[in-house]
Amino acid sequence: MEGASPDGTLLLGSILLLALSGVPGLFARKGGSGGERLATLLACVASAAGLVPAVRILFFGAGFRMELPSPLPGGPILLAADPLSALFLLPVFLVPALGAVYGLGYWAEAEHLRDGRKLRFFMGLLAASMAAVLVARSGVAFVVAWEVMALAAFFAATTEDRQPAVREAGWIYLVATHAGTLGLFGMTAVLRATTGSFAWEAPEGGLAVTGSASVVFLLALVGFGAKAGLFPFHFWLPGAHAGAPSHVSAVMSGVMLKVGLYGILRITSLYGTPPAWWGGLLLVLGATSALYGAALAAGQNDLKRLLAYSSIENVGIISTGIGVALLGRSAARPEWIALGLGGALLHVLFHSLFKPLLFLGAGAVIHGTGTREMDLMGGLLKKMPKTGAAFAIGCAAVAALPPLNGFFSEFLVYLGLLRAFSGPGEALLAGFAAPALALAGGVALAAFVKLFGVVFLGNPRSEKAAHAHEPGNFMRVPILLLAAACLAAGLLSPLLAPGLDAATAAWAAKSRVGIPALAAVAPLATVATWGAALLGLLALTAAATAFLIRRRTVSRGPTWDCGYARPTARMQYTGSSFGDWIAARLTPRVAATLLEERLPEGIFPRGARVSAAAPARDPVLLRLLEPFAQRWARRFYDLHALQEGRLTIYLVYVLGTLIALLAWSVLRGWFPPQ
Amino acid sequence: MTHPVDILLVVVILLNFLVLGTPALRMTIRAAALQGAVLAVLPLLVHRGFGWRVAAIAIATMGIKGILIPGLLEKAMRDIHIRHEVEPYVGFVPSLFLCAVGTGLAILFAGNLPLAPEHVGTLLVPASLATLLSGFLVLTTRRKAISQVVGYLILENGIFIFGQLLIEAMPFLVEAGVLLDLFVGIFIMGIVINHIRQEFSSLDTELLSELKD
Repeated sequence: MEGASPDGTLLLGSILLLALSGVPGLFARKGGSGGERLATLLACVASAAGLVPAVRILFFGAGFRMELPSPLPGGPILLAADPLSALFLLPVFLVPALGAVYGLGYWAEAEHLRDGRKLRFFMGLLAASMAAVLVARSGVAFVVAWEVMALAAFFAATTEDRQPAVREAGWIYLVATHAGTLGLFGMTAVLRATTGSFAWEAPEGGLAVTGSASVVFLLALVGFGAKAGLFPFHFWLPGAHAGAPSHVSAVMSGVMLKVGLYGILRITSLYGTPPAWWGGLLLVLGATSALYGAALAAGQNDLKRLLAYSSIENVGIISTGIGVALLGRSAARPEWIALGLGGALLHVLFHSLFKPLLFLGAGAVIHGTGTREMDLMGGLLKKMPKTGAAFAIGCAAVAALPPLNGFFSEFLVYLGLLRAFSGPGEALLAGFAAPALALAGGVALAAFVKLFGVVFLGNPRSEKAAHAHEPGNFMRVPILLLAAACLAAGLLSPLLAPGLDAATAAWAAKSRVGIPALAAVAPLATVATWGAALLGLLALTAAATAFLIRRRTVSRGPTWDCGYARPTARMQYTGSSFGDWIAARLTPRVAATLLEERLPEGIFPRGARVSAAAPARDPVLLRLLEPFAQRWARRFYDLHALQEGRLTIYLVYVLGTLIALLAWSVLRGWFPPQ
Repeated sequence: MTHPVDILLVVVILLNFLVLGTPALRMTIRAAALQGAVLAVLPLLVHRGFGWRVAAIAIATMGIKGILIPGLLEKAMRDIHIRHEVEPYVGFVPSLFLCAVGTGLAILFAGNLPLAPEHVGTLLVPASLATLLSGFLVLTTRRKAISQVVGYLILENGIFIFGQLLIEAMPFLVEAGVLLDLFVGIFIMGIVINHIRQEFSSLDTELLSELKD
């Protein structure tokens, strides 16, 4: 082992421990709580141990690089961590550990005899393989870790494989991830052909940007974009996230998508001066993803599908930031790099706080009500006040409302876009991306108003919602911790700025431009101060309200009472009615399907009815990929004629192939190649 | 052509024609048995030294290819009362013609393969390819499962001859591998034959196509 350091050893040790965390449980007694507690303990210990080197590398300039001899072809295994890796390692060591604790309540072994042990094993493997992807720095090691990650996620997401919908979503995910891996194989091969080695390291000044570099970039975009959920490669994401157990969705959405984005960053970091169209393309794809994800999120009635579409939106925001930073590198504008990548990386961190919070909260809601259908919920804030409050914080954060953390990162991305708009050429695209992002932000806000309003406010719409209950402590503590983190992280973002600077510098090291500190180009501290003031004002208002009503009798009535003689829960806005106006304007025909429409007639209408539903599959999948796949499946069906079923025919194929090969060798002998 | 190995190989090629040209199952089985027995002598002549390992291979080849498998096949033939290969996919005269074409092609191919200098003049490669193609012909043109086992046997004989080329590089590895392969193959085919008989009360492999999909 060459280049061993305490940081590297600790990091690799914790990855190994994380990978093995679910193994003892496999041999534990079925239904006993020993195995699950040990798995959770190991995951937490490993994650805590892994956080130490990650923080040291990100903030204190440590770092390591080591080569392990490998029995496989492809040269030695190169492992390294720089601040860029370390930044992405933070969520890897944070979210799965919280998810494991949450799993003790949500997927308790005693209630899930059939699949609990399998789920914990693959959760550990998923977390460890994500960390391994982030430190692998040679092609073969990277692709192996990547594939383990993809498969572990598949098995974790299809835990409830008895449900047909889960199986179907699992297959779609598997196809998507393998299509992406194919792109990565191609990318690794092209990169190997240009550099002559599998090591993903560039000389001083970066790799030359040639035609093959653009092939590498496009293949990386397909391979990593498919994992990140970037439009149009996002089609697997809503189904897989909706069907997975909630803490798995939290890990997939909060962390695994980011690993895909990390891949794009890692590959682009190898080049000195990327062409401007790389950044432009990423900008366009990012803005499209943001708008598309937000618009479809607004139309969903399935709680978890809504969150999944919102993840697509957030990946779009991050990609837009990366696009600005890439443009900055090609135009040698250091402040674009600092703002664009700083915002993107901060959003990576913050999204991995609020999206797991929302998924875990959604899991608590589903656990309490037994359904994912938002139109069957309602009034849950009264039944589960703590979870509801935490969920409200998550909704405000994902909608980027100040002073919550989502605002700070999106603010940086907007600043980057506005700066870039002043630039030449492809940078003008920023002028289109900024309004698109703003529109997406507004629609996302509406989507989360709808979500919170329909699920938590009003009156219960069904028996199930009426009997909802607050979850146990194992589930509640991770939710509350994440909510507190969302509250604090935005205000503390000036403290995170040095880490972001280090990661940005590591990414743009080959570009030879002096990148300014984030604090110098963005008024983070001022915004944080105003945010704190706003929070203080809110607290003051709450205290004042409490003070004012302390001596008075407070009477509580049903929501939407409005003096009706016989109010019913059906008088409330439903998710469909709220989301309809967005769906009708932004996504005509694709986002929602009108199932039934019977308008009231006459002066005293007898009855009227309207119902609409978001399609159970993503529009891209439904309109584009499925017809395409079916057309090709029909064409390939003709090949069935070759499958005669008679042994002799198959042998004739073999004989024909043999004779053709031999004949070829003869012809080569007669006509030797020049 | 005067080398004794070449004389044996000519016999092997002629036996290919016999197997393909006769409808009598007993005759095809015995021709295949004779081919196996002739091939058992081959290592003794190709090898310069005469060690116990060569002898072991020769005896094992003789035992398995010359006696054991043909014996089993004849017993199976008697048990199920089949004497003749009727209605092959390709008639006997056309298959003889194809065998002649295949042998000619084999000689043509062999001239163009990159060979070690000591093998260039011999019939080893042409005989191997010709036997291989004949085995394939039997496998593809005959209906009865027993005939197909014989075809498989002949195919393996072709590979066995080819293995003689590698004797300097990997002594006996190839032969041992072929024998094992052959044994397992025949074993499986025996089970298959048994099952075909039970399921379809016939040994016509045509009926197997009902199993597709």
